[in-house]
Amino acid sequence: MMSELLLDIKNLRLSFFTPAGEVKALNDVSIKLDEGDVLGIVGESGSGKSVTAYSVMGLTAYPGRIVDGTIDFNGHRINEMTEGDMRKIRGNEVSIIFQDPMTSLNPVYTIGNQITEVILLHTNKTKKEANDRAVELLRLVGINEPEKRLKQYPHELSGGMRQRVMIAIALACEPKLLIADEPTTALDVTIQAQILELMIELKNKIGMSIIMITHDLGIVANMCKKIAVMYAGKIVEYGSTDEIFYNPKHEYTKGLLRSIPKLTEKEHKKLVPIEGTPVDMLNPPAGCPFAPRCESCMKICMKAMPEYTALSEGHYSACWLLQKEAVMQGGGRS
Amino acid sequence: MSKLVEVKNLKQYFNAGGSILHPLHVKAVDDVSFHIDKGETLGLVGESGCGKTTTGRTLLRLYEPTSGEIHYDGKDITKVNMLPYRRKMQIVFQDPYASLDPRMTVGDIVGEAIDIHKLASNRNERKDRIIAMLERVGLNSEHANRYPHEFSGGQRQRIGIARALAVDPEFIVCDEPISALDVSIQAQVVNMFEELQQQLGLTYLFIAHDLNVVKHISNRIGVMYLGKLVELAESNELAFHSLHPYTKSLISAIPIADPVTSREKKRIVLQGDVPSPLNPPSGCRFRTRCRYATELCAQKEPEFKEVMPGHYVACHNLDKID
Repeated sequence: MMSELLLDIKNLRLSFFTPAGEVKALNDVSIKLDEGDVLGIVGESGSGKSVTAYSVMGLTAYPGRIVDGTIDFNGHRINEMTEGDMRKIRGNEVSIIFQDPMTSLNPVYTIGNQITEVILLHTNKTKKEANDRAVELLRLVGINEPEKRLKQYPHELSGGMRQRVMIAIALACEPKLLIADEPTTALDVTIQAQILELMIELKNKIGMSIIMITHDLGIVANMCKKIAVMYAGKIVEYGSTDEIFYNPKHEYTKGLLRSIPKLTEKEHKKLVPIEGTPVDMLNPPAGCPFAPRCESCMKICMKAMPEYTALSEGHYSACWLLQKEAVMQGGGRS
Repeated sequence: MSKLVEVKNLKQYFNAGGSILHPLHVKAVDDVSFHIDKGETLGLVGESGCGKTTTGRTLLRLYEPTSGEIHYDGKDITKVNMLPYRRKMQIVFQDPYASLDPRMTVGDIVGEAIDIHKLASNRNERKDRIIAMLERVGLNSEHANRYPHEFSGGQRQRIGIARALAVDPEFIVCDEPISALDVSIQAQVVNMFEELQQQLGLTYLFIAHDLNVVKHISNRIGVMYLGKLVELAESNELAFHSLHPYTKSLISAIPIADPVTSREKKRIVLQGDVPSPLNPPSGCRFRTRCRYATELCAQKEPEFKEVMPGHYVACHNLDKID
């Protein structure tokens, strides 16, 4: 069976118009996601990974605005939809799990109330049916005594349990796409393992696609089929998980992989950090945003942003070094 | 090597209400013993609420211990006036956004300890000392007149480290010093800790929940669960030949940034959540989530004993674990 294209983001530019000036949060971002795939977006804080995902949900709040580009999802052109239409697909065809389960549930409503809200909004189910569905969902995400939990408030549950409730809400209408924005950052490792395992299990059961946003390279190595590495509002490298980890081409990806310690290493090797500090998005450098921190920086890097170089089917990266190589080999440009 | 810091049967209970007849306590640290050699780094890992930060703070007597002994360089410091020891024992806090006074300049933050311990006889000497500290952590003299909000997370953590180094300490408790930082900045700070240790002969207690980082920086690692040390061993020994079921599951739960290894890895997923420290399980505290738990585990608390030279474990069922 050929998998179908579910999400197609083309040349998306999104800016925040702040009093201090325009912040170009997304700078020509393109992403394709097939049905049933898991895509990881990695990057540091401020690299635009969350903004990319939120734009799919139509959550580009003031003072943010899409300046250019298109977002096509499941037959909808998201960037041209009205808020009213958007509400029909939000939580229904695409849902999101936020980073912090402590603050993303409403403290004054019961768990049951918050799960059935989605079901009642998007389906014709009666209250009774919605309640039954909520019980089923809680059981699905591994919460015991679901009937009792429905009557409880968020503060009565632990962090891991709350994140499970968030997942239950997100899955209530069996969405086509689940966006997970750092779903386990606030959780402990043993609980993180439970949640990640659960997400994969549910993906296989329901057959949805997942966009996994994280800064933890370990999580993407484990879960994702494809990875987009973002830096300063730009996808600097995109490829399959193996390509990114074993054949990284962009200097930032390489640096990132060198800088993390691994438990599985026997010998003590000194870490190789990426020197310098992340980009100030109010005053980004003229050329490649990574140039000031790049060891192999050339003159042209400071002046102009490189185009993408296609390295193989589905593996591309934006770096002048690769452009130079491609020219020297005679052709092969994207 | 000689022991620089030693804690014996350290307990730290916090009041948590209840009545006079039935007071409630959170047993944050419950009967923990270990030592740290001069010049070594001891890592302390565990999940949130396991008592690792409390151990670090009680060790410096930022909290008064409920019972137990703390020895520093052979002397019992459990009851003494800490002022002279504050020069020798310092701490770097977790959150570089919350641990620096926003109304003080960086120079004054670093200089405060110099003033308290009267380490500078005049203004110029104080200034020189502050600049020397800032330069040591990769900042420069012009940063001294700025305020914390003008710095990035990584730079703030450097200020926190300069503040700790200002009194020429011998021992530093590093309490999750890198968990608030971006991935690409973490390596910079980890390397700096290592370089400072070599240059100044420092001894660290390195507290973190990221076992990848702790394994990298530590000579030995202790694993805590619900206020107890459950295992302590040399770092490679712990990473590759752990014995306690909790350590094993903790290690297996860590995502490895290597697709092939992580595909092949067998994961032991623990069921359930960490129980409340207000009412911890009887006997072995891990038994409610342990697949090897027996009757004995509920009745008797396992002893923290040395099973191989330098490798300590607290578990009844070591022979049954594969």
